[in-house]
Amino acid sequence: MKDNKNIIIELKNVSKHYGQTYAVEDFNLYVKKGEFITFLGPSGCGKTTTLRMIAGFEMPTAGEILLNGKDITSLPPYQRPVNTVFQRYALFPHLDVYDNIAFGLKLKKIDDGGRMRKLTTKEISEKVRAALKIVDLEEYEDRDIATLSGGQQQRIAIARAIVNEPEILLLDEPLGALDLKMRKDMQLELKEMHKKLGITFIYVTHDQEEALTLSDTIVVMKDGMIQQIGTPEGIYNEPANAFVADFIGESNIYSGTMIDRLKVRFLGHVFDALDEFDKNEKVDVVVRPEDVKLVPPGQGMLDGKLIDKIFKGIHYEYTLMVGHTEVIIQDTRNMEVNCDAGIIIEPDGIHIMKKEFTANIYDDAYIDKNNNVVISDFAFPCDVTKLVPGSTLDGDGYVIGPDGTVYDFTDADVKVTIGLGDIEIMDNIDESTAWGNIVENIYKGDHYMVTVRTQQDEDFILDTVYTYDAGDQVGIRVKPELISLALKGEAKKYAKK
Amino acid sequence: MRKNSLHFQRKYLSVPYMIFMVLFVVVPLLLIIAYAFTDQNGVPSVENLLAFFRDTNNINTLIISLLIGFGNTVLCLLVGYPVAYFLAKKNLGFTMATVLLFVMPMWINFVLRTAATRDLLFWLGLNGGDHPYVTTMIGMVYNYLPFTILPLYTTMIKMDQSQIEASYDLGATPPQTFLKIILPMTMPGIVSAATMVFMPTMSSYVISDVMGERKISLIGNSIQLYFDQGLWHMGSLVALIMLVMIVIGSIATRNIKTEDDARGGLW
Repeated sequence: MKDNKNIIIELKNVSKHYGQTYAVEDFNLYVKKGEFITFLGPSGCGKTTTLRMIAGFEMPTAGEILLNGKDITSLPPYQRPVNTVFQRYALFPHLDVYDNIAFGLKLKKIDDGGRMRKLTTKEISEKVRAALKIVDLEEYEDRDIATLSGGQQQRIAIARAIVNEPEILLLDEPLGALDLKMRKDMQLELKEMHKKLGITFIYVTHDQEEALTLSDTIVVMKDGMIQQIGTPEGIYNEPANAFVADFIGESNIYSGTMIDRLKVRFLGHVFDALDEFDKNEKVDVVVRPEDVKLVPPGQGMLDGKLIDKIFKGIHYEYTLMVGHTEVIIQDTRNMEVNCDAGIIIEPDGIHIMKKEFTANIYDDAYIDKNNNVVISDFAFPCDVTKLVPGSTLDGDGYVIGPDGTVYDFTDADVKVTIGLGDIEIMDNIDESTAWGNIVENIYKGDHYMVTVRTQQDEDFILDTVYTYDAGDQVGIRVKPELISLALKGEAKKYAKK
Repeated sequence: MRKNSLHFQRKYLSVPYMIFMVLFVVVPLLLIIAYAFTDQNGVPSVENLLAFFRDTNNINTLIISLLIGFGNTVLCLLVGYPVAYFLAKKNLGFTMATVLLFVMPMWINFVLRTAATRDLLFWLGLNGGDHPYVTTMIGMVYNYLPFTILPLYTTMIKMDQSQIEASYDLGATPPQTFLKIILPMTMPGIVSAATMVFMPTMSSYVISDVMGERKISLIGNSIQLYFDQGLWHMGSLVALIMLVMIVIGSIATRNIKTEDDARGGLW
């Protein structure tokens, strides 16, 4: 697996934070020579920050970056043998195409028989022409940057980077500004170029299809952390968690229960599985729409009602309702909707993953003087008598134990557990206890698993049947009796003398 | 249906401006030219022109004006460029309010401001009577600095940070990046700042009068002097010479790329 000679760049425990917020957290990765590796994730996942640390524009807060085994963590960008293709090209408007591409070459010093010298005009001109040939813009040398189209500017940006023969080419969403058709063409050309040049490409994108098309290896990121590293096939077929499954390709994601080591129950049916888990464990189940087979009613494993059909070019996308749960199915046959149908899901089409969240757990909560529990600066009404079994509350807000001891829990540190289904979500913030913005929204067949992030970066994960969009500001509320509290340390510490 | 002949057309909006242009720009310009090339009796002559160049005092004034204008431009750019550069750096967190702080002196009455500068320098031991050139330059730089900072700031704020990063990425050290990328890319701002400082400096006479205790005579002083003495024809000729210099100056800088108009910003 890990062969040190073949590794061009290695990131060891790299972290980057701005003040309190982590952009990248404990990032570990090694890249092999000649590999095409892609950082994939939604915006704000830290993929660009990681790329910028490799380029040298950002300094890691912790950790080190090794290039060919040498530590380059504190090397400025102009001393690193890497070149970047920027998102918005960043061409120099005061130079023409030739001078843009020759910019790096004119600064370069090469070793000529032990003597360092600059490149001659002839050498530069040959290299620039060769680079223009690679990007297919041979006749454009004297053109002004402003006269080029977006696609042409992008090619010049690529030529300007590869002409320096970098050991690693970094590409920061280079196709983001192009239209769909152009993007598809450029994808193929980039892949072709990678093969021809044989240098390592590190590519950043939020487009999963682009990542699947281009990469040898994909690194899926979320919230500054690596979710999964693998080949495109590996990540598509064996997603490590619900986030990866949701992000890569279309998928049906369900909450299931293992009723035996190789049997999983979801959609009200027991399916055979290939993934082994403990009995009774709660799991996430991913079924790709193309792995669900539509059959006439009664002939499948379970029946449902076909309610919707969308033509997608090479296939139809059907929506089947099983009770209140949706199943998305891709099928090439054109069938009637609004009728019953059966489905078959083979064991190799069922992918079972460890459930990430079964409850919200807050370790640094405390009780305030009004007997509310404070999580992320929000005071939630709660039942403090739960802290001492059999206790009651007196008129002054003190907890009276069954033996008559009076407890004052003001500022007591507690661990709070709130179930996903116990949090109410609402549009009206005035009626809520806490509020934040929706950062993630995963459809689970019959409900959504929504992550609400507060201003203090605390997450509340909840299940809801209502549809919200990422970015929406919402309020949340929890019934006092549904908040479970556990005191840190012993209760008698808080007994009043 | 026939179009109403009184129908409002958008081009009519330009009528007030056209009238203004003719009355206050075109006519005075023609008058200046007419006065410059006629004598007291209204007879066409080039005598004014010859008289101007015959008098070495006039030539001296012209040269001193050019030198002070040039010196002021260079000093303003040297001081204003780094100020504008750091103000425009987004990651340093300067706001528009900080920029205004640098521009604010412009809003104080010009004569008052200049007199105050003179008194301050006097208090510091720099006497305008003894060092007229030093005090005049200080007064000039102080007065014209905002006019340099603003156009430079407007070009710099438009500069894309990723272009500077691209330069580093391609192997340019910070000094190389400044010379090869930042300086050429801010050239429109530099040209704009220079034109906004050079010509007004030459024609201003209040600053040199107040700061240099009337020991320095600039072209502006000459024009004022001639007009005060009722020598309209000679005064017009000197004004025309300045005008010609402005035209030559703008033609010389026209070829420098000014894709975006660097002027403006706060106005």
